[in-house]
Amino acid sequence: MFNKDRWKEILEVLTSNWFRTLLTAFGVFWGILILIILLAAGKGFQNGVMADFGDIATNTMFMWSRNTTKEYMGLPKGRRYNFKLEDVQAIRDNVPNLRFVSPRNQLGGFQGANNVTRGINTGAFNVYGDYPEIINQDPMTITSGRFINHSDINEKRKVAVIGIGVKSSLYDKGEEAIGTYIKIQGVNFMVIGTYKKKSNDGDGEESQNEIFVPFTTFSQAFNRADNVGWMAITAQDGHSITSLKERIVSIVKQNRKIHPDDKRAVGYFDLYEQFNRVESLFAALKFIAYFVGILVLISGVIGVSNIMLIVVKERTKEIGIRRALGEDPKSIKLQIVMESLFLTIISGMAGISFGAFFIYGINALLDSSGPVDMFLSPSVSVGVVAAALAILVISGLLAGFIPAQSAIKVRPIDALRTE
Amino acid sequence: MIEIKDLHKSYKMGSNSLHVLKGINFTAESGELVAIMGSSGSGKSTLLNILGMLDEADSGDYTLDGVPIKNLNETKAAKYRNKFLGFIFQSFNLINYKSAMENVALPLYYQKIPRKERQERAMKYLEQVGLKEWAHHLPSELSGGQKQRVAIARAMAAEPKVLLADEPTGALDSTTSYEVMDLIQKINDEGNTILVVTHEDDIAHMCKRIIHLKDGVIEKDEKVTQVRASQYV
Repeated sequence: MFNKDRWKEILEVLTSNWFRTLLTAFGVFWGILILIILLAAGKGFQNGVMADFGDIATNTMFMWSRNTTKEYMGLPKGRRYNFKLEDVQAIRDNVPNLRFVSPRNQLGGFQGANNVTRGINTGAFNVYGDYPEIINQDPMTITSGRFINHSDINEKRKVAVIGIGVKSSLYDKGEEAIGTYIKIQGVNFMVIGTYKKKSNDGDGEESQNEIFVPFTTFSQAFNRADNVGWMAITAQDGHSITSLKERIVSIVKQNRKIHPDDKRAVGYFDLYEQFNRVESLFAALKFIAYFVGILVLISGVIGVSNIMLIVVKERTKEIGIRRALGEDPKSIKLQIVMESLFLTIISGMAGISFGAFFIYGINALLDSSGPVDMFLSPSVSVGVVAAALAILVISGLLAGFIPAQSAIKVRPIDALRTE
Repeated sequence: MIEIKDLHKSYKMGSNSLHVLKGINFTAESGELVAIMGSSGSGKSTLLNILGMLDEADSGDYTLDGVPIKNLNETKAAKYRNKFLGFIFQSFNLINYKSAMENVALPLYYQKIPRKERQERAMKYLEQVGLKEWAHHLPSELSGGQKQRVAIARAMAAEPKVLLADEPTGALDSTTSYEVMDLIQKINDEGNTILVVTHEDDIAHMCKRIIHLKDGVIEKDEKVTQVRASQYV
């Protein structure tokens, strides 16, 4: 099958009419190029949006308390309640497959009053009482010092980790922050670290203006007793938080004496569900890219099939001669199929290479002009290229099959009579 | 070598059926040089096509070198053609993008003979027909007589049992025709069986036996004294 004569003949046939071969090849080239570019563009869009999610653990839900809307067990509706530390423990004990359950209390907030002072500098910042695990759920880069740890929690140390935004408004430029004290609502905390968060969405500024202190210290210093304002709950990989959240919410409702049907008493945000929604959007985009790309490719392949039919027609007499000389019909069929396959694969490879160059060019352009919103490093994986090649091989075979069949359908005697 | 018994063949032309061969019987021994003559429509080409396994008879028996030729599928027919038969056509039927040598080597390629040996054997036959120097020329660079000689070399290359020539001189002028016939006679002198279809009397008389076909039956089957073509060359 792969002998020299066979290949020589394939090249002879395909090069006998250069222009036609080139035009035919262009159909397949164009199809695969469009497929590659569509997939790369989809991937670039996906990368861009995923980068906005940052490193946040996406299998996470956030939960906060609101007012009850139903009377229950003698308690009125419209009651304000708080999560308690025992709820956190109850969730840990009763819901399996959870990775982190992090309670948090908070001071300040959006457009809050000034609550932090250092010397003559003051500022309004979000102050969080947190457990050390929060750094896994809401990732940040520690630029100096360290993050809070369990000793800080256990010993209720008055320490704080401040954002670079906080540092720049409370400290002079180049001033060392670590080891200095800041006053949060009149209580002194020692700065033990600074962080920087990867900016995401529009609140990039806001997320650098946060102060993290140990949860236990926070509760004691700001009189929160065993109340918990907010929880971030992350499930283990392979278990979606979406499937666990019903149970978590019902445990809290039971503990806090909330009517089981009270839908609004517990506020929560399921990041995973949102994330999945985005993921499925990209799956749909990918499907469209494949769909459109393959349709364009098919029209190219039909072009190949068409030209092969014409080639066979032109060579009817030659095929007749060959058969009179004793060539096996199978061998003739193989010849035609291989010509089609060769043409398809070569032009497809050219399309893939050109597509790769194109993507490389776009990436170079993006690198030099800086980041673009919602678009980041478009690329196609090796898997996609392999899939594209597989599609090419299959379509090349299909394109050659009908002409090959028609080539041997003509009886040698009729073929010889053709002038 | 060739044995034909009561061969019938008809073609369907729309609703009409055209009975071309109406019971042909003949035998050709090994080493014979037979001319098949007849006016157009007498069925001579049809007979040759059936003999060449390019076409199938409706009924009758055909035995070639002791092998019954019947109910062949295409693969088998191709194999038999390659092994038993060499074809010489009126319009030469060379493959125009292959050189003279490649054309001659083609039947050997189908026998899966290694490339080297194929080329050597092709060169040998080209030398026999006096075209060694033209081995690497394309058919378009050859004259009609040269093309036919390449075709003869190609027919000989696979060392077939029988050579079938369909109007081998039909497209040539008389001088070239005699050259080609001279070559055919020489090949016959070496003991090859050759069937020549022609409608030219002088060409037919250069064979050893003439079969006259008329309206699908053998009208006359006569041995003739061979006229050597070499005297005209």
